[in-house]
Amino acid sequence: MPRNKLSRRQFVAATAMSSAALITAPYIRSANAAGKLNIGFWDHWVPGANKASTELVNEWAAKEKVEVTIDYIPSQGNKNLLTIAAEAQAKSGHDILAMPTWWPHAQADLLEPMNDVVEALIKQNGEVNGTVKYLGKSGDKWLAVPACIGSQIKGPCSRIDLMKQHANIDVQAMYPAGQPPKADGWTTDTFLKAAEACHKGGVPFGIGLGETSDSVDTVGAFFLAFGAEVVDAKGNVVVKNDNVRQVLEFYKKLMAFLPSDAPAWDDGSNNRWLVSGKGALIMNPPSAWAVAKRDAPQIAEQCWTHGFPIGPKGRFAPFLPYFWSVWNFGKNKPAAKSLLTHLSQPAAVEKLVAASGGYDLPAFEKLTTLKTWAEESPPKGTLYHYPNPHNHQNLSISAAGAPPKIAQQIYTQATLTKMCVRYYRGESMEATLSWAQGELEGFMRS
Amino acid sequence: MADVAIERKDSAPPRAARKRASLRTALKRKSTAAFLMTLPLILLISLLVIYPAFYSLHLATLNKSMQRFVGLGNFQFLFTRETFWLVVQQSCIFAITAVIFKALIGFVVAHFVHNIPAKGQRKWRGMLLVPWVIPPAMSTLAWLWLFDPSYSAFNYLLAGIGVDRIPWTGETGWARFSVILVNIWVGAPFFMIMYLASLKSVPDQLYEAAAIDGANWWQRIWYVTLPMMRNIIAITTLFSLIVTFANFDIVRILTAGGPLDRTHIFATWAFRIGIEGGDIPLGASVSLFMIPILAIAAVFILRDINKRGNEA
Repeated sequence: MPRNKLSRRQFVAATAMSSAALITAPYIRSANAAGKLNIGFWDHWVPGANKASTELVNEWAAKEKVEVTIDYIPSQGNKNLLTIAAEAQAKSGHDILAMPTWWPHAQADLLEPMNDVVEALIKQNGEVNGTVKYLGKSGDKWLAVPACIGSQIKGPCSRIDLMKQHANIDVQAMYPAGQPPKADGWTTDTFLKAAEACHKGGVPFGIGLGETSDSVDTVGAFFLAFGAEVVDAKGNVVVKNDNVRQVLEFYKKLMAFLPSDAPAWDDGSNNRWLVSGKGALIMNPPSAWAVAKRDAPQIAEQCWTHGFPIGPKGRFAPFLPYFWSVWNFGKNKPAAKSLLTHLSQPAAVEKLVAASGGYDLPAFEKLTTLKTWAEESPPKGTLYHYPNPHNHQNLSISAAGAPPKIAQQIYTQATLTKMCVRYYRGESMEATLSWAQGELEGFMRS
Repeated sequence: MADVAIERKDSAPPRAARKRASLRTALKRKSTAAFLMTLPLILLISLLVIYPAFYSLHLATLNKSMQRFVGLGNFQFLFTRETFWLVVQQSCIFAITAVIFKALIGFVVAHFVHNIPAKGQRKWRGMLLVPWVIPPAMSTLAWLWLFDPSYSAFNYLLAGIGVDRIPWTGETGWARFSVILVNIWVGAPFFMIMYLASLKSVPDQLYEAAAIDGANWWQRIWYVTLPMMRNIIAITTLFSLIVTFANFDIVRILTAGGPLDRTHIFATWAFRIGIEGGDIPLGASVSLFMIPILAIAAVFILRDINKRGNEA
């Protein structure tokens, strides 16, 4: 009986081919044969939002035969930041980890390039705004995938009735639902007059001047609106300029019409301010409105989310994107990339936006006109302008313009807010600028 | 040779027996048993305290991106920062003021409790310990609501008697007052219970002798009570100074270091820089700066204890 003999050469070739196939093939489609994927998502504050992301992940896992585990990590108490720091130190952790704003840049050396995923998504879903590029890209490398979950714009949320009554401003007419804004007259001067009128009327604007993100984001948008740069793109400290002086003067005037305890406000203070009916305007994503809808429906019915006032150098609104990142020491990168692509598909994004009640914002321009924002109520259309559907304002982040690692320090240390508070409390302009210069020079460490 | 072999055969059992006996004796020794019983704790402390301490020393010698050894460069950098010296100053104000008031209040309350008849004393001791027993993170949240910028319960009460609202956490002075007050509230019961234990160990005969000598209340405190409590006062002060210097939760929850960084202490500023700002080596350097300050305090306080021990 003839017998096929396997030569040594054939044996070596067959072994090499099988090994190569085993190493390179991302998935083998049998039950959980594509390995495991450990995910660290941001723990959404909206009830039910986590459920939507779990469903999307499970749907993908069943199709791709991957065993998934999801940890929902809260940002309360900075647990997400602690997790990022710990995993970066340990060089071990989740295969996918949600990182807010500055963190992809802070961990840039440890992140897997995501160009293949993001570039394909941009082709499919449209361009991303400048802030997403600024925070998510280093040179030509996409550090992470812009995430829908947790991304937000912190624009004004006004009381329709109080703004009409005290400031004679019809915010619904200025930002009509389903139509482009008619807000040419919504300038920083108008804003200041409205703040004064509402202050006199006993319902001051609720803008914080503390060291937490809401306060920093608002002041940052006004700095940009006045073209007030403190550190330029090359990393030079340029704080002593006329635009900075101008915005500090503006803020000094504005602060006189804000609650006197604003320097002690945290990120919950403005929400409480609106929900308790004490103020006519706050700067926030629709979280305060959503709480009002639940706890004080009569106030929610009067809330309207709209755009920022325009300043001498343009109209800027704070945009805080979240990112999904993959560590370069991750164990299942192909599966991670596949899942992130799945989560960024229009249908998935629509589901996530609906589950968050319109809070979450996709970064891609073709996905800013979903029906959730048009239909959310009361009143109907209250969130229509939230995702900036008509590109009416530049989406930005406080201290943008400076290299991200320096800007992160400016943001975290709330340098801009502190400048405003120092100047308002009687420090001379030059003393404030000199103090800021010293602080900013300290942020140049590498 | 035969003699040697016989000698070996004869000498082997007693040596082994001696070894067994000495092992048994060692195991029977109280110190060995104590060591073995504390071994798990020693291992735990090595793992959770000593290793992280050395690791933070290592981190403090790296540059911001943690790729380069910079020696003492981070400390040199800190010395040039205005905010760092503000934090040093505030940490000292915070710790020293809080410890002095905790000690004073603890001392006074311990005397009150000591003078309560034994029957009702337990109830009072239990109630007075409550602030110390509740996890500070929880109780501070309650204080946060009492001090809330817009809805302070204290201000509500003050408004009731026509007093203007106080910016508890909004103005520098009031914010410092608030964080120190809460620290005193949490920590005073510890002093109280330690001083109470110490008071109970002062022999009554000493007070009787002092009374016979015509000592008044103040003289009894100054010449009898305080000297008898000196060691416990010193140790309690040192312990509290360390804990207060390293405090994090109270300041973090109440003011997060604001307004204008005027309530930051070492731990909160280290967290701001290291975790929130992503500069872990600098954060580690800030937190390590507590060590020399506390070491100097410890040397002074413990040296005094040794002196008194020798005198005794």
